[in-house]
Order: sequence, then C-alpha cells, then structure tokens
Amino acid sequence: MSFINYSSREINCKIVYYGPGLCGKTTNLQFIYRKTNPEQKGKLISLATETERTLFFDFLPLALGDIRGFKVRFHLYTVPGQVFYAASRKLILKGVDGVIFVADSQIERMEANIESLEDLRINLAEQGYAVEKLPYAVQYNKRDLPNVAPVEEMNKLLNVNGVQWFEGVATTGIGVFETLKGVAKQVLLELKKHY
Amino acid sequence: MAGSDLVMHDNEFQKIDEELQRLHQQANASVVFLVDKNGQLIASAGDTHNIDTTSLASLTAGNIAATGGIARLLGEKEFTILFHEGEKDNIHISLIGQRVILVVIFDQRSSLGLVRLRVKKTAEALAKIFDEIASKAEKEKVEGGKTAESPFAEISDEDIDNLFK
Repeated sequence: MSFINYSSREINCKIVYYGPGLCGKTTNLQFIYRKTNPEQKGKLISLATETERTLFFDFLPLALGDIRGFKVRFHLYTVPGQVFYAASRKLILKGVDGVIFVADSQIERMEANIESLEDLRINLAEQGYAVEKLPYAVQYNKRDLPNVAPVEEMNKLLNVNGVQWFEGVATTGIGVFETLKGVAKQVLLELKKHY
Repeated sequence: MAGSDLVMHDNEFQKIDEELQRLHQQANASVVFLVDKNGQLIASAGDTHNIDTTSLASLTAGNIAATGGIARLLGEKEFTILFHEGEKDNIHISLIGQRVILVVIFDQRSSLGLVRLRVKKTAEALAKIFDEIASKAEKEKVEGGKTAESPFAEISDEDIDNLFK
C-alpha cells in the first residue's frame, strides 16, 4: 500500500526482504545503508537479539530523489528468517508494495529456501496478495561461497515463473543495488498503472 | 494489488493537520503524530526536530501490529490503546478506525486522563476524515479517472534510472 501525499509531494512505498534464516536480508540492508549518502537515508533500525539475529524487523528509510517533483521514498524492511518467527513475518508483510526474496545459494540451504518461499506464498495469500501479481524479484545470494548450486537449478526450484533474478554477494555489495532497483522500478511502474 | 493505496490531497491534509494541532494544544502534549498502519508518517504537530519521526512511525506501527497479533491469539479483535510510561516522557498510542495510528507524546505538564479525553474527540474527527478519503478513492476507482496532476502519468524508465545514480 503506497502512500501518495499531494500536499507534501511525497510518494512512500514499502519493500520487504524475505528469505530463510541467515540468507543475508539484513546484510543487504546494511550494505545499502553504508553506501547511501547521509542526506538520503534515515537510521537503520534493527530489532535483533543479542546474537544479532533479527527478532522482529530491520527498517531503513531511503529517500532516493525526485520524480516529476515528487519525493520518492522507499521503506525497506526485512523479516526475521527463522522458522519460529512466523507470526512476526506475517505482520511485516502488511501493506507491502514489493518483495525481494533473498535465497541462500549454498546447496545445503536449498530446502530452507523452498520452505521460506512457500511460507511467503501462504502469508501473502492470507492478505489477498499473490507473488505473481506483486512487484517481485529473487536474489541468489552468497555466490562467492564454494558450495553453491548452479543458478539454472535455483531458477528451476525457486523461480518457476521466471521473474527477474539477480546474483548477489551481499557482504561485498554485489547485486544489492541491482536487486533493489529491479523491484523499485516494478513498484513505480505499478503505481503508474493505477494513478 | 490488495488493499488500496492511501492518496492524500491538500485539503484533506489540512483538515488532518488542524485536528492534530488542536489536539497538541488541548492535550498539552509535547508531540502528536499520525501514522498509517504500515508505518508511514502522515502528519505531525509539535516540536519534532529532535525526534526521528520516520523511525518512530515505523516502530509504532510495528508495536501496534505486534499487539494486534497478540489480541487475535487471545480472541480479541484488537487492543485499540497502548500506553507506555517513562521517567520523563509518556506515549499514548491509539488505533483509529482500523486504519491509522494516533501517537501522543507528553510529559508531566499533561496527564493520562487529559490525553485520553482529548484523543477520544480527535479520533472521532479523524475517523470521519479518513472515511471521506476512502469513499473518494472508491469513487475515483469506479470512475477510473486518473488525477490530472498525477506524477506517474509520464514517468519514464529514465526517471527511475535517475533515482539510482
């Protein structure tokens, strides 16, 4: 659910990073935070446990610039990836405008990826959304590790609809902005359809 | 897309702003905020320059969402009021018409009783304004008309690429 304010000439959109535990959702946000000019970003808020596992969500507001005199703001959220935080994940998806699914490329995490994707589908459906109709992209993260599955195989398992996908190494920033841009673009084009 | 986007025009924004300014004065509050349920700040009144309003909006919505989750687990529809008491500042959070969240921050110059009383009045007025916004959006949807000054009408790939330079 975007918020378009004609009075302050602002457009606010919400993008959620989804994916299994330890796949690199928070790392994506941290990289974006580090590489963005101070005047374009707000605080990176992390509601995490003492061991830096996301407990509720991370939040990063980004003001990217202007389109036709309207300030465009993206609010980036991550969900807690661990299976038992299911209830919290549902809450964060409320009012989402676009989703980035971060998949862990390591072969041994493939089952966790599939499980998380299924969880995303169910949670979106509960709110009347469908992955197919939402601005959505997949990021195959951790491509720098030795034991990664080939992208073709991951596409078969996690991207049957053939949506936009990106290879990423969130720790060094490879693919991070590309993925965000991919979904941000879809979100704005979706708004164009409606307004 | 499920749900509908929130589109706010000048006159509606002014009405909301007036209500918040009034509440700010009458409740003797430090700051008053209005946030949508997804965590986006709609409007504020009072001295906000020392406060990270964007973060506050997002966390308040998270707070309301979590409390709503607890309510449903207990078979309640929603807990509509939250109150946090601090050493100096207190925060009163209330859900209005299942749509927006009204946040009042106040210190010892005011009291919980006064804030609750004034919030109740403002809530009624705000609920009415948001009903109007919703019915207007519905009407526009039926008519299929796009707003004349829509910033999206001529949006191009280049515009979007420029955002990421």
